[in-house]
Amino acid sequence: MFVFLITDLFFFIVIIALFSYIFYVRKTPDLLDTWSYVFKKKTGALSILVLSFFMIIALCDSIRFKNKVYDENNKKYSYTSEISSLLDIILLPIHENSEKSYSSPFSSKLYSKETIKVDKDIDKRIYPKLEYKGNHNLYSDKNTHNIYITIIISFVKTLFICFFMYLIIFYKTLFKNFNKITTQFVKNKFIFLSFFIILLIFISLYDLSIQYYVLGTDKVGEDVLYKSIKSIRTGILIGTLTTIVMLPFAIFFGIFAGYIGGFVDDIIQFIYTTLYSIPSVLLIASAILMLQVYMANNPTNFENVYERADLRLFFLCMILGLTSWTGLCRLLRGESMKLREIEYVQASQTFGLSKISIIIRHIIPNIMHIVIITVVLDFSALVLAEAVLSYVNIGVDPSTYSWGNMINAARLEMSREPIVWWPLFAAFVFMFILVLFANLFSDVVRDAFDPRTNKNYE
Amino acid sequence: MIRYILKRLVFIIPILIGVNLLTFALFFVVNSPEEIARLHLGDKRITQEQIFAWNEERGYNNPLFYNSSEKGLNKIQKTIFYEKSVKLFLFDFGVSDSGRDIKYDILQRMWPSLAIAFPSLVVGVLINITFALFFVFFRSTYVDYVGVIICVALMSISSLFYIIGGQYLISKLLHLVPISGYANGYDAIKFLILPVIISVIYGIGSGTRWYRSLFLEEIEKDYVKTAKSKGLSESSVLFNHVFKNALIPILTGVVVILPLLFLGSLIVESFFGIPGLGSYTIDAIQSQDFAIVRAMVFLGTILYIVGLVLTDISYTLVDPRVRLK
Repeated sequence: MFVFLITDLFFFIVIIALFSYIFYVRKTPDLLDTWSYVFKKKTGALSILVLSFFMIIALCDSIRFKNKVYDENNKKYSYTSEISSLLDIILLPIHENSEKSYSSPFSSKLYSKETIKVDKDIDKRIYPKLEYKGNHNLYSDKNTHNIYITIIISFVKTLFICFFMYLIIFYKTLFKNFNKITTQFVKNKFIFLSFFIILLIFISLYDLSIQYYVLGTDKVGEDVLYKSIKSIRTGILIGTLTTIVMLPFAIFFGIFAGYIGGFVDDIIQFIYTTLYSIPSVLLIASAILMLQVYMANNPTNFENVYERADLRLFFLCMILGLTSWTGLCRLLRGESMKLREIEYVQASQTFGLSKISIIIRHIIPNIMHIVIITVVLDFSALVLAEAVLSYVNIGVDPSTYSWGNMINAARLEMSREPIVWWPLFAAFVFMFILVLFANLFSDVVRDAFDPRTNKNYE
Repeated sequence: MIRYILKRLVFIIPILIGVNLLTFALFFVVNSPEEIARLHLGDKRITQEQIFAWNEERGYNNPLFYNSSEKGLNKIQKTIFYEKSVKLFLFDFGVSDSGRDIKYDILQRMWPSLAIAFPSLVVGVLINITFALFFVFFRSTYVDYVGVIICVALMSISSLFYIIGGQYLISKLLHLVPISGYANGYDAIKFLILPVIISVIYGIGSGTRWYRSLFLEEIEKDYVKTAKSKGLSESSVLFNHVFKNALIPILTGVVVILPLLFLGSLIVESFFGIPGLGSYTIDAIQSQDFAIVRAMVFLGTILYIVGLVLTDISYTLVDPRVRLK
């Protein structure tokens, strides 16, 4: 039985919006030109590839269902209250079981000593062996050999997958135009190679983590790699959902203030100056605090833990959106004020076009580049902000998987000797990869869309 | 000039009223004081009397806007809105939920905040400008290209990583400075060095890129071409012409955040245990002390607006073409 939580629905809206934009771009020649600049650039192509991998993971994590279980007593099937996602099913061999406590990456033992009864009177303090992973080498008894062999096998697997994909592409283009194939292949060699590397990393990580805890386990013995992968959805959701929430406000108010002007302009300007003047962390903090009070006092409104955590995530996105629309609104207001005076808008006014159709036909297409640049720029900032907010306890629900929560939990173990570094490491690396490619992407997008960019230096 | 400043100050008032109303709505209308009291007292089996007493102590028992049980002016004055919101305009921040005088705390705590934020800003801006000039000097070469990539990578690292990594490396492994804490007078330096360094490093990525783009924008202008065609060397054009003209946006960017320095940085201060306004705010958020958060929202807004006015004034001082009306 499929379950749709509110953030899932909104995430699907994001995906649909994304696809309809792609469809729209394909039909509009000059937009197609701009975007092909992004694809031609190596950093652009690479970051799109990486980001779409992340998006696919987030999407898999958003398709959820309740599991069917057979009840022995009642002799019928029923649904568990546990909700699992498609990603959970794919990663089942990784997160099925959990250990007792910390264990370091690739280790076969727990991280701390335990007292174990060897004989009747003799207690021994040893590092206990891990129960589920780390002691079940598939290919070789020696750990390092086993790891190498696993990676080589994954390499071969990846090679096969890529070879078949290549064949399909080759086969499809073979009948069209031979010249085109060669040029396309030369052009896409870089993309193909990076695709190969990303796939190799994924497959070898998967193969390795069936046998080992690649990034160790956390305090309650959960696989850190699994936690980091689950956190991708939260990061991406905060980055995208917030923009979906804020865009209607920013576009609507920005255009109305700029194009219609007068009294409307004054009011809208007053609203966004007021919101803009409050330091955003404080505004977010106050709003989240109020949400916490509301949730603490009305626990009956939420069916289960998932729904509660999900609703909090949704509200966090809403609040972040409400605090961040002002900047974009200001830019759009300025731009539509400029557009109002431009000849073709004036001409359509004299032809008797209504204000609404001028806005739809002339204003909106001409401010879209600002919208796209802002959305892409904001994404990475929002992902980073999530970690900071979770540290201040005004981020996502503590039960939600997120990099901020991982950092927050691991921070307390910093004083431990020897140090437990892997949960921090994992969260930072995952966050770094996502934000780095989002930043690279936003750079290329800005170059492509910003008319002021000087292409000589970039 | 003075007329302009006065005019700007008058424009501030509606914004402050707006912020005030917004925070009031957020803190008292979304959740009633009773619910907040219930959260603070925590226990499931609290009585109505306990809630009443808790609210009475903090003055949350009055009606929101209009007190019909009082007489005369007190009808308006003995309300939550007057006591908690209107008084903010007089910088009367009242008493925190834990019973401390907020104004006293703020005055005490803003100096440690400033002691970190100000050196970080000055050192950061100097370093960023140096790097940016360096990259612009070598523009369109691999130096510039690699530099920009490094900047993007530095930008992509979470601020928490810089702090945790810095604390671990400098304080725990090398034992150069204490991990956290604070002292008064000259002893404070050893506590302040690490946070300042970390703040500077954290800002390098975005700062350098921002200044670099400012310089590049300036370098496209006609006067640069003129200067070059006069036969001036590349470095003399860069330092004498481009740099001076780019100083205007740099200066205004710095001036606008100057007042906000008093607020300090939330996470840096709380990680390093510095008793500034940033950690004050964080503590208030974590202990859900709404009176402090409310005061900080108002204070932050005022400081931000002051920064905007200062920016306008500094424009006229550095750029004679700008005249304020």
